[in-house]
Amino acid sequence: MPIEIVSVQGLSFQYNSSEILTDVSFSLTTGDYVGIVGPNGSGKTTLIKATLGFLEPSGGRVSLFGYRPADFPAWYKVGYLPQKLNTFNPHFPATVKEIVALGLLSRKGFPRRIGKPDDIVIDNALSLMDILPIKNELIGELSGGQQQRALIAKALVSEPELLILDEPTTALDPEAREKFFSTLQSLNELKKVTIVIITHDIGTIGKYASRLLYLDKRVIFYGTFDSFCLSTDMTDYFGEYSQHLICHRHDAETVHG
Amino acid sequence: MMDIFDLFTHGFIQRALIAGSFIAVLCSTLGVFLVLRRLSLIGDGLAHVTFGSVAVGLFLRTYPFYVAIPIVMLSALGILKLVEKARLYGDSAIGIVSSLGIAAGILFASVAGGFNVDLFSYLFGNILAINRAEVSISIALSVVLVAVILFFYQELLSITFDEESAKASGIRTERINKILVLLTALTVVLATKLVGIMLISALLILPPVTALQLARGFRSTIIISSVAGITSVILGIVVSFIANLPTGATIVIVCFIFFLASFAYRHRG
Repeated sequence: MPIEIVSVQGLSFQYNSSEILTDVSFSLTTGDYVGIVGPNGSGKTTLIKATLGFLEPSGGRVSLFGYRPADFPAWYKVGYLPQKLNTFNPHFPATVKEIVALGLLSRKGFPRRIGKPDDIVIDNALSLMDILPIKNELIGELSGGQQQRALIAKALVSEPELLILDEPTTALDPEAREKFFSTLQSLNELKKVTIVIITHDIGTIGKYASRLLYLDKRVIFYGTFDSFCLSTDMTDYFGEYSQHLICHRHDAETVHG
Repeated sequence: MMDIFDLFTHGFIQRALIAGSFIAVLCSTLGVFLVLRRLSLIGDGLAHVTFGSVAVGLFLRTYPFYVAIPIVMLSALGILKLVEKARLYGDSAIGIVSSLGIAAGILFASVAGGFNVDLFSYLFGNILAINRAEVSISIALSVVLVAVILFFYQELLSITFDEESAKASGIRTERINKILVLLTALTVVLATKLVGIMLISALLILPPVTALQLARGFRSTIIISSVAGITSVILGIVVSFIANLPTGATIVIVCFIFFLASFAYRHRG
């Protein structure tokens, strides 16, 4: 029986008296693969931050694996890739391996130590993202795409049950992007990892995710792609062309893929 | 010229070298985290608060550090709160607390009107006048810092790299941040004796940025920064004593020469 991984009920968030999110509700169970899409400023990143407990909502309830985020004791179950590292220093003096290893801290008791026995899982995550040969390079000396792969490896290294990725493919080239999405698909299908991806690329996410959450300060649509494609309300909201684009990519993968 | 070995037989030089080396470890290690988190001017800000607190201490005719330590620690926590709650960038929060510290110092100096010379000695430091108690405090604080870094190394690295991701790893970032700024506050108060209020941020910034030119990993950054800090302080004390120069300023110049050398090494060829 699927376990409820995330539950968001009536979530609202205000910033300087302007409403960023209004009465947002949705839930995720084991093995869900959800694409969160919406225009700029629609509250996608805010929704994720409130879900993870980084922002205090002005109303509503959030639970992670049945716990309030503030009381959540098992962060090793969550892999998170922020949208961009606002404080990322291009001269940060840590190697790729040191950064990826930070993803394992949630599995460590006090004092948290990363040792030789962790090398295998770190190397596996690095191999998965094709960056094993550059593990001893300084992260600041890599290209944007390589840095992004390192950060994705960091999110994956603890083998999380819930993976939350905020615009993970923006710096990746098309080949790396396809490989990244197939990796996620394997994790989702074989290991039943629950995946949440925020993206602007509705066409591509339509190809992979099983559900779509369209956000524009409130939930415009949440459901399967089939129901999205059949919804006349969504035709009215998006226009025929956009709806067709999303549905076409999804159908191409599920029917012929 | 005095025989260099005779130099080390003087008790006040021994105390200066021991305390100076430990203070250098404190500043250069904490400085790595502060520089990378773009909080490097926190040292300057807290030093200005130290100035105000020393003025209060002199006004109250008590040992200035008894007043300075709690006030500077509270100010450090105040900077954190301003960043968290008032949604300010670190530099703005530091600027507010820093100018308040200076204003308080000037007001108390003006009201008291009689301790300008004492206050001047805190502005530029006097490591050669350091006493046994201050040597012991610098050693104890260094031991605490090394223990904190050993126990919280991965947490500190994680928060320094990205605080939000650190939270998603279950790290209590608020607690680690408090520990970091409180250690910085204590270090700043202690280091005013070494280089003075005016030059303290040099000791927090120059060894770390020297290390950033050379290091090939986070651990090596901390080690190189500490070595650069200790070497600068020891050389600065020795050179200043032999050449009869102000010690704090000489230490800062030596720090800067190390930075220039590391910069030239990195950009060689």
